[in-house]
Amino acid sequence: MDLTKSLRPGGKHGVSSQESRDPIGLAVAALNKLAQSDLIDRIGLRRPAEQAVFTATRNGFKTATAASRTFARAGSRATPGVRVPAAAPKGVFDLTPTEDEQMLVDVVSEYAAEVLRPAATEADDACAAPEPVLKASLEIGLPILGVPESLGGISEERSAMAGTLVAEALAKGDMGLAVAALAPGAVATALGLWGSEEQQQTYLPAFAGDEVPAAALALTEPAVLFDVLSPSTTARRSGEGFVLDGVKSAVVRGAEAELFVVGASLEGKPALFLVESSADGLAVEADPSMGVRAASLTRLSLSGVSVPAGALLGSADGTTYTECVRLSRLAWCALAVGTGQAVLDYVTPYVKEREAFGEPIAHRQSVAFMVANIAIELQAMRLLTYKAAARAAAGKDFTREVALARRSCSDRGMQIGLDGVQLLGGHGFVKEHPVERWYRDLRAVGVMEGSVLV
Amino acid sequence: MINLDDPKKLRPLASQAHQVAMNMLRPISRKYDRAEHEYPQELDMLAAMIDGLSESGASSGAGASGVRRDEKEEKAGVKNGTNLASVMSIQEMCWGDVGLLLSMPRQGLGNSAIASVADDEQLERFDGVWAGMAITEPGTGSDSANIKTTAVLDGDEYVLNGEKIYVTAGGRADHIVVWATLDRDLGRAAIKSFVVPKGTPGMRVDRLEHKLGIRASDTATIIFENCRVPKENLLGSSEVDVKQGFAGAMATFDNTRPLVAAMAIGCAKASLDLTRDLLEQAGVVIDYDRPAVTQSAAAAKFLQMEADWEGARLLTLQAAWMADNREPNSLEASMAKAKAGRVGSDITLSCVELAGSIGYSEAELLEKWSRDSKILDIFEGTQQIQQLIVARRVLGLSSAELK
Repeated sequence: MDLTKSLRPGGKHGVSSQESRDPIGLAVAALNKLAQSDLIDRIGLRRPAEQAVFTATRNGFKTATAASRTFARAGSRATPGVRVPAAAPKGVFDLTPTEDEQMLVDVVSEYAAEVLRPAATEADDACAAPEPVLKASLEIGLPILGVPESLGGISEERSAMAGTLVAEALAKGDMGLAVAALAPGAVATALGLWGSEEQQQTYLPAFAGDEVPAAALALTEPAVLFDVLSPSTTARRSGEGFVLDGVKSAVVRGAEAELFVVGASLEGKPALFLVESSADGLAVEADPSMGVRAASLTRLSLSGVSVPAGALLGSADGTTYTECVRLSRLAWCALAVGTGQAVLDYVTPYVKEREAFGEPIAHRQSVAFMVANIAIELQAMRLLTYKAAARAAAGKDFTREVALARRSCSDRGMQIGLDGVQLLGGHGFVKEHPVERWYRDLRAVGVMEGSVLV
Repeated sequence: MINLDDPKKLRPLASQAHQVAMNMLRPISRKYDRAEHEYPQELDMLAAMIDGLSESGASSGAGASGVRRDEKEEKAGVKNGTNLASVMSIQEMCWGDVGLLLSMPRQGLGNSAIASVADDEQLERFDGVWAGMAITEPGTGSDSANIKTTAVLDGDEYVLNGEKIYVTAGGRADHIVVWATLDRDLGRAAIKSFVVPKGTPGMRVDRLEHKLGIRASDTATIIFENCRVPKENLLGSSEVDVKQGFAGAMATFDNTRPLVAAMAIGCAKASLDLTRDLLEQAGVVIDYDRPAVTQSAAAAKFLQMEADWEGARLLTLQAAWMADNREPNSLEASMAKAKAGRVGSDITLSCVELAGSIGYSEAELLEKWSRDSKILDIFEGTQQIQQLIVARRVLGLSSAELK
């Protein structure tokens, strides 16, 4: 290693590459290295063979992806898969969910309140969703929400609206666990929307069965000013199939996932590829982040990963990929609305009980108006999200609507997270209360691409 | 089934209002901004045209007409009725010009009050009048429960005494709906509204204000000195019901707040439409798919404004939709007005900034819209009053607890 390079402080520990060390700085840095030496020794001793257990809480912990089950090929590659029809609204402005949607929301809300919320703190800490929580999510049919009925799912028409309501209800329990529980459904929904007959018949039976595979929709990449529409991950044609190279981030439960949908540029256009976890050249690395920690976020590196011709999901002209990005953003909006509601529901009784200067702090306008603004902005976020979702479900163009919903849910959602902590003061900053977790989770909304889909 | 697109059956109405706004209001918009207090005679023609349209049934609620809760049994199902029609058409008209909309003959806020609280006999008697609304007094703004204008019953007449300010269309309207108290000791429950025809002895328009914006609309000070009106001109019930309190009078606001929100949305849309066009001419393309951080600062700002605008608009449609479907909407009406009011100011002012001196100059209308928008965050309940209402509702606090 170049000595001058190793002496420069920048490029690590959050230090800008513009920084330089003076002699005192160099001495302090050397001292620090020495102080850490026994830690280094211990790590140095650990042989790669002993790293069998994937640690989701530690950065840079690299391992192979899970061995995937054998997905038995079936169906024809050339035949389009089953498609459910778009919903047909009657042209009436209406905010009432259908009876089916309401039933679904009721079931999911109960699961969110009784299963997700109590498990949230520990899951956030462990960077992992407990098995029983995920098992229960299968029982209520989360993975097959967007899968056509004829393929074992429960969807009779486009499920974007139902999916939005479900994601919102889940996130009211906990966003991180919601993402973990929704991730397999994202892949299944993508197969339902764009899969060929072969892709649907090969993979969907597993999602409709008892042993639902972990699966991840991987679109994000670790890049500054990342533009999801121009991924750096590449796919090139090779013989009959494709070879993929690149790194994806925010991959939900990457170590457990058996099937990935990976975004990559093919001949200059973004496209989606199905990649089974047993493929050679895959490595997964824990990437614990600020929030959404229960979803066990990882980085997935692909180096020379060969996939067959039938791995291309949907069209190669960028249209499938763009629609996928929009539907995924819609799901993140729904998650923001759910978490925002959790904040509002939490701070409302708190400010009425917490007393200062002889009366509840809610009796002060500066406090009360913050709560009012949370309520106002939250409802605006919700309506923006519903409008985009209803248009998506009806098969209408929703480009503009989802962009506006995302802008609001990212900006205003973060403000809600911020105010949630502020309203609790010092109590909001400590882990006794969930508002600090919601603060961390809500930052994800403007950052994340992929992972979830409605 | 959830659907937030504009209702199909109201789209022709909205596009008709848009055409009227574009072809009738915009051409005279700057003229009456400059010629404050001059009567926009063009509106007489427009009003006649709208009357003709409403008789054909083609134009329900092209202006600030009544938003009455019909008590008759209607057929089941989700309704898209007069409230949605009103907010949609008002938005379009205010895309044309807020001041001119407020000057539309027979479309005053007083008409809204009459339509909202009058009984059947009164509805018939006051059909076709142009009524301004007189609530605010020199010492009483947002605190409208504290008004000092008195009404004393003397024989078959009420005798009114007091001073009212900020009466929109007060100089031009032929009737004034005035709030007065029957007994100041009984507080808000004793506040009633009275319809006073112009020319009634004892009522006079004292002066017209010079304003920051909506200059096409006249804003009057009206003095009542022993002004006698028939007791049948008291709107609604004359009983002082202490339990019901202020609710009766305030019900008008639940109905008019979404209308004012719609005005703010219309005005802001005018700014957004023009600014988008100017930005595109300058080579700025707004991309809905690319992340905002990868676009120019102007495009990113535009996306944020458009998102705020759409949010405000949907809150307004929600409030109107709830009224159409007879759900209590006091909370949602205030949410809509709070969001639309502040968003209207941010958008119109930011559009001036984006357009630089072109935006600041009277050569364009952007500067005018940024002046017009300010009043919409003030009248019919300021931003702060809306926040207070929302806070009390959400927190379940009384006005004694949360002052």
